[in-house]
Amino acid sequence: MPLDLVVNVTIAGVLTGMVYGLMALGLSVIFGVVRVVNFAHGEMMTIAMYAAVSLFAAFQLDPFLAAIPVAAGFFVLGYLLQAGLINPFITRPEHSQFMLMVAVAIIMVNGMLIAFGPDARNVQIAYQLESWEIGKILLDKPRVYAALMAAATSAALFLFFKLSLTGKAIRACADNHLGALVVGLNVKHLYALTFGLGAACVAVAGCMMILFLDVTPSLGPSYTLLAFIIVIVGGLGSLTGALLGGVLIGLSEALAGLFIQPSAKSMFCYGLLILVLLFRPQGLLGKKS
Amino acid sequence: MNRRDFNKAAAAVAAATALSPLNRAFAQAQKLKVGVLLPRSGFQGLIGQSCQKGADLAPGVIKQMLGVDIELMSADTETNVDTARTRAERLIQEGANVLVGPFDSGAALAIAQVAEQRGVPFVVNIAAAPQLTEQGYKYVFRNFPTAIDLTVNGLALIGDLFRATNVAPRTAVFMHVNDTFGQAMQKGIGATLPRLTQLPFKIVDTIAYDPAAKDLTVEVSKAKAANADFLLLVCRLNDAIILRREMVKQRWFPMGVVSPGSPGMYEEQFSKALGPIANYCISNAPWYNPKTNMTKVVKAAFDKANPREKFVFHGTNVVYTYESILIAADAFKRAKSTDPKALTEAIRQTNITDRTVLGGPLKFNAKGQVEGNLSACTQNLNGEPRVVLPESAAEAKPVFPVPDYKKA
Repeated sequence: MPLDLVVNVTIAGVLTGMVYGLMALGLSVIFGVVRVVNFAHGEMMTIAMYAAVSLFAAFQLDPFLAAIPVAAGFFVLGYLLQAGLINPFITRPEHSQFMLMVAVAIIMVNGMLIAFGPDARNVQIAYQLESWEIGKILLDKPRVYAALMAAATSAALFLFFKLSLTGKAIRACADNHLGALVVGLNVKHLYALTFGLGAACVAVAGCMMILFLDVTPSLGPSYTLLAFIIVIVGGLGSLTGALLGGVLIGLSEALAGLFIQPSAKSMFCYGLLILVLLFRPQGLLGKKS
Repeated sequence: MNRRDFNKAAAAVAAATALSPLNRAFAQAQKLKVGVLLPRSGFQGLIGQSCQKGADLAPGVIKQMLGVDIELMSADTETNVDTARTRAERLIQEGANVLVGPFDSGAALAIAQVAEQRGVPFVVNIAAAPQLTEQGYKYVFRNFPTAIDLTVNGLALIGDLFRATNVAPRTAVFMHVNDTFGQAMQKGIGATLPRLTQLPFKIVDTIAYDPAAKDLTVEVSKAKAANADFLLLVCRLNDAIILRREMVKQRWFPMGVVSPGSPGMYEEQFSKALGPIANYCISNAPWYNPKTNMTKVVKAAFDKANPREKFVFHGTNVVYTYESILIAADAFKRAKSTDPKALTEAIRQTNITDRTVLGGPLKFNAKGQVEGNLSACTQNLNGEPRVVLPESAAEAKPVFPVPDYKKA
């Protein structure tokens, strides 16, 4: 097998994995703090993709630029969703949370079907089919840009949690809910902020995904499942783990497709999931409970 | 009233009562309920909707031609085999006299089982898996070439293409969707190609891929690495779009992209989504005959119902779906009954010569399969598929190798 083929596929896998990681990061942030599993995660990403398509169609806005208003909008929506709908379910049994978010996901899918129809949509930007050629290595421009944006967004999120007072307060809520209440933190507001941040992450991921994927209303559920796999592999609640999990999944799909069989490549991320659950159930970078 | 008058009156009432079931039956038999199963959502949604246009125009055209009343009962299979089975059951429960559809081979196999169990005739509009008419089903009929027929016709047209353009590629890389249809085509090509010694090329690699895949980077990388002269492709619509984009991104410019018999590249959405890079892709596919009266009638009805659509992008889907309903209506007219056995027997005796489809008369063999439906070689030129072969039906000359061909 030619070495340049292996290198090209590996690079593509890593770049795609970084965007997957950003998508899963939102899920990890939400679960790590709010302890709610967002089963509508993939659907939220799909809505963000449609938002990017709509902004491109109306204003010829590049998805990179569209990510800013879309993320801001999703932050607000995520905040309102948590504060208005999800908050009462935090203390309820997990199956209630599950049913709530699945219902939200179904409503989202059908809403998109009504609004946009079943046809695949995409953006047609000037550099969409371009690539850089370095000898026999080809770097797909949209994927490189998307990966850089994913890295920048993740770095911004890390810095927010590490350095800002609000970020520290959110971490305090995640570490010790009772302690946070005792010291007077507005936990409900912080939970809503966290959900907003998670939603903003998935919005950026969606704006990046539209650069190399066509969007249909039925896209969401497969990406919800993928986000879960990534988060479980990386470690539930671990931000670094989500990114690492994304890259691992992107890479494993690419290399499995190359060395074994392309039509069975998605099988390998499930295989990786089983291995992690068997031998390291807390995930690669997760903490043991 | 005397006894004679009373007896006369009673006889008249009795006669009226005795005749009324016949009247009811005749009234009931005036209309044929056709259950139309198509994937109007899911990843085959666009093609399913295209087929639906053929179904929707059928009642009006058939009423004019045959004087038969058709009531359509449409159901969405959602590109899902289980859903197809469930919807077929429901249509039968709701009174469908005949089922038509469903575009997809996997769904067709599921619906065939239902039709056979329930004893309701099922006319397949588009589905190529050979096993559909090889399992001894009594109620299943197909007016579409099998994967073997598609393969033989499609490969023969490839030979004609090379002769017409005076080009002799030596190698091909074969990519195909990994579903019932794609695997049937792969087996057909594997069995047929070695026997077609007049074809100058051999397949150097075969790559199967998931038709629902959102990313085909790995698959295209592998195909490019095979260094073949041209790409032989069995695809569907969305995957064809993703694949063609990926070919350009990876700067893979073979002599051409040729489909021996699959949907996708001749569809409108393919040209719309890809713009100029959709040009020169070749599909050897079952096609309509633009010169027959029936095609002109169907085209006129299509244009009237869909003023913003172009018939050329929907032709195959529309005519095959229309003909499947025509088969049912023609049988109903001859059987004068909606009784399933009578209808099925009438379908078996079908002989329609004025057709929309390129090929011979519409007659079923003992297995319920129409033989003699032909393929045309169409090439996307200026954003529309044009027939380039056979010469008798050609609208343009074929272009091969394509202008941006770069030898590996």
